[in-house]
Amino acid sequence: MPRKLPKKDVVIIGLGWTGSIMANELTDEGLDVIAIERGPWRDAPTQFPPNYVQDELRYRIRHELFLRPDQLTFTFRNKMDQTALPIRDWGSFMPPNGVGGGGVHWNAETWRFLPSDFVLRSHLTERYGASFLPEDMTIQDWGVTYDDLEPHYDAFEYLCGTSGTAGNLRGRIQDGGNPFEGPRSRPYPTPAQKQPFSHTLFAKAARDLGYKPFPQPSGNLSQAYVNPLGLRLGPCTYCGFCEWFGCGNYSKASPQTTILPLLLRKSNFSGRDQSEVIRIDLDRSRSHATGVTFVDTGGVEWEQPADLVILSAYTMFNVQLLLHSGIGAPYDPTANKGVIGRNFTHQTISSVNGFFDNKKFNFNPFIASGAIGMCIDEFNGDNFDHGPHGFVGGGYVGQVQTGGRPIQTTHVPPGTPKWGAAWKNAVRDNYLSTVTPGTGVHGSFYSYRDVYLDLDPTYKDRLGRPLMRMTIDFHDNELKQNAFLTDKFAEIIQAMGAHTVDKLYRKGPYDATEYQTTHLNGGAIMGTDPSTSAINRYLQSWDVPNLFVMGASAFPQNSGYNPTGTVAALAYWAAAAIRGQYLKNPGPLVHA
Amino acid sequence: MPETDRHSILICTIAAWMGSAGLGDAANTDQQKFDQIEKGRYLATVADCFACHTVPDVGKPYAGARAIETPFGVITSSNITPDADTGIGAWSDEQFVDAVRRGVRPDGSRLYPAMPFPSYTRMSREDVLAIRAYLTTIEPVHQPVKSNTLPFPFNIREAMRAWDALYFTEGEFQADKRQSETWNRGAYLVQGAGHCGACHTPKSFLGGDKISEGLRGSPLQGWFAPDITGDTGEGLGRWSEGDIVSYLKTGHNRITAATGPMAEEVADSTSRYNDDDLKAIATYLKSLPQRADQAATPQPESSPVMRAGQAIYRDQCSACHGLDGNGIAMLFPSLAKSSLVHASDPTSAIRLVLRGGRSVATPAEPTAPGMPSFAWQLNDEQVAAVLTYVRNAWLTTGTPVAASTVSANRNQLRARSD
Repeated sequence: MPRKLPKKDVVIIGLGWTGSIMANELTDEGLDVIAIERGPWRDAPTQFPPNYVQDELRYRIRHELFLRPDQLTFTFRNKMDQTALPIRDWGSFMPPNGVGGGGVHWNAETWRFLPSDFVLRSHLTERYGASFLPEDMTIQDWGVTYDDLEPHYDAFEYLCGTSGTAGNLRGRIQDGGNPFEGPRSRPYPTPAQKQPFSHTLFAKAARDLGYKPFPQPSGNLSQAYVNPLGLRLGPCTYCGFCEWFGCGNYSKASPQTTILPLLLRKSNFSGRDQSEVIRIDLDRSRSHATGVTFVDTGGVEWEQPADLVILSAYTMFNVQLLLHSGIGAPYDPTANKGVIGRNFTHQTISSVNGFFDNKKFNFNPFIASGAIGMCIDEFNGDNFDHGPHGFVGGGYVGQVQTGGRPIQTTHVPPGTPKWGAAWKNAVRDNYLSTVTPGTGVHGSFYSYRDVYLDLDPTYKDRLGRPLMRMTIDFHDNELKQNAFLTDKFAEIIQAMGAHTVDKLYRKGPYDATEYQTTHLNGGAIMGTDPSTSAINRYLQSWDVPNLFVMGASAFPQNSGYNPTGTVAALAYWAAAAIRGQYLKNPGPLVHA
Repeated sequence: MPETDRHSILICTIAAWMGSAGLGDAANTDQQKFDQIEKGRYLATVADCFACHTVPDVGKPYAGARAIETPFGVITSSNITPDADTGIGAWSDEQFVDAVRRGVRPDGSRLYPAMPFPSYTRMSREDVLAIRAYLTTIEPVHQPVKSNTLPFPFNIREAMRAWDALYFTEGEFQADKRQSETWNRGAYLVQGAGHCGACHTPKSFLGGDKISEGLRGSPLQGWFAPDITGDTGEGLGRWSEGDIVSYLKTGHNRITAATGPMAEEVADSTSRYNDDDLKAIATYLKSLPQRADQAATPQPESSPVMRAGQAIYRDQCSACHGLDGNGIAMLFPSLAKSSLVHASDPTSAIRLVLRGGRSVATPAEPTAPGMPSFAWQLNDEQVAAVLTYVRNAWLTTGTPVAASTVSANRNQLRARSD
């Protein structure tokens, strides 16, 4: 029997971005909140000080900040008729662990999704007809609109101090910003970051080709900022160590820099680290959560009772905990029934490396930030006519190179030997004069009937629970989309003056060993119909109304943008619904 | 919530009643005097009684038993809750006033000046009685404390008579009629309840204040409490009054941030002062004159140590503190202007480089940015070079820091747990 702790008003599972936002909002409401975090406590100056965090071997190659697969992993397969095997070293995505979650190691690319993204199925059906969509594509409308979320996007951007150039201010298109974005109620809180040489050159080439380039919205700040909670951030120093790394310069927005110092001062907040929630506890009706059970590092089980449960872990752990807790019907792709595990998606990433004459071009690629970049949005979402192309979806493309870190920035032109003196010479000759945008093509990944999460029949974790199984592959629609975007991107890199352009198309099958992004989505999606969604438009479980599930697990499909802005906006949106509606009358906020 | 509040009020009330020794003692404070109690609460905060008389984080406010480090050994603070047996519940008001203003205990023996009675003697009797009135209302804690833990010969309290004769001038603060009311209020707070000199005034070899060098900076507890006079070199001469108020209120200003013992002082005490009092303190401190001694000779920019220091500074320090040494206001201190950096005694600067530091979090400035330790990264020569550089860059002048000084500090810090 677990040892029982005193009851709280709210228990939060996972203290990353959404857990921190919810904790701050609900403590403001006067509730007594406890957050339970699987990983360690992390504090900016203590755990990622600027005098040693720029260590590519430790943080990038050896995955310092991430969950150890020995603690928990997943099994993986491409197709339903294959046998999944456990992932023993992270590859295509990096599961966060510890206080701050993904908000510690992210690049801080802070995008909003397009208005049409939230009504994707209706929008595409209306424009192209239902038959234009692949038969097994299971995209859905979200049940929430861009207009619903606009104030909450705004709240997150002002929390972070996001640096950017508005493209659409209350319906008026602005020079220098993204003309395709939804209307924003006010400008970014801080101006866009200054752009290094290659990024500037990309923008010029794009402009010459008739596109409208704009700076990527960045949570690495262009200037000092004090947020609405009174917390201060400093200007980014362009050290080029963002993704995979924490920022000790207080210049990257993270829970540590924007929320936690204030949250910790509140007497109605408490937190436990190194404590892994293993179950959301239900009462006999199975429709009411009584709290959670967690296990500490000594293997002792504890029960934390609470009136309200906020599940705010990473996509994968959200879905896994729902499956292990028996909340919601597990998805069955054969019968096309059930909801937990449905509409699992990732991202469709590729890049183009451009090699330039090193006598004419010196890009100093190490001068960068995680969310630096000049992008174009002409090929994102439904910003262009897909009719002639035979696919749907898209993404932004841009020179978004985040640094020149020594181990991984060794790009050489095609045909160079892979080792030895010739390789070394090529690395030396090309290091300063190569454009390597990394995630330069940032494409959408729409949902399909046979891409999903369920419990593995064979493999178990250290506590004897089945591992969660990923069944995921690229479909033709995404591969076509990627080929189209990569070619368009390469044209711009070429126009910058590259003598050699190396197009690194995304090709199937989905490879779990090669990094794309950590943007795994879906599996506990939001929607308007309980038979095809796990949570309602307020992120409230259809089955257990005192459970709200945050995070990108709510995305019915993924757009061509980084997800954090939307993840955070949804958290604020859910918090507003809890504060404004749920607490007055606890129960379902939507009656199906 | 209301339930808990009622409960705690009940305990306090009963406790105060039970704790009052000498039932019906007409001379003692009347607990109905809200005005006096509230004034006493504020003055107890100004005097920061809490800091020394409370062990942090154990939930026994004012129950004493906190180890106070002095150059002569460790003294343990006394229990000043109204507990009749182990606190001051059995003391008369007169006994309380004697202890606070004269350093004399009810049994006639002498207090050690770790209790800053040489400052508190400047407080008015009325103010001291207000503190007494407040202390009778807090929860009594039964906690015996063995206060005198000093080594021989300092453990002989009798010796304090001689010390008092040398260093203690009894007497209430006398206003200077030529100065403004604000200045006089500031002087009263700084010299009296605020006891700023306890840390910031240089001490003789016997721990007595060097009166002529009041508030010009003094080492303590592994730090150097900097000059807080109006001196433009090492003191607050280049701070505005607003800078001083912001520092004391929030722990931060455009130049620097409170860390070390001052962080605790800001959190427990000065951040809770009222704004008029902070302005008065600023007015008074700014009025204290320039030092008479000569400024240090500037180090030539081209010297090897300055060049090495600059290279280290650019690599290790400039990301936060800026190439121009100005930092980011309210976030990263300006090394060009920081009095910790430019103090004649570099102890605090060395400590911050070797140990790192955490600034204070206050309601107005909750960020509490920190600096990492460089002890594992920079050797003694490198620390000396970078500190010599920051003490002499940006049109400032300071004495060079010797590697041997860094080495000595490094060894001392190894032995310190704080």
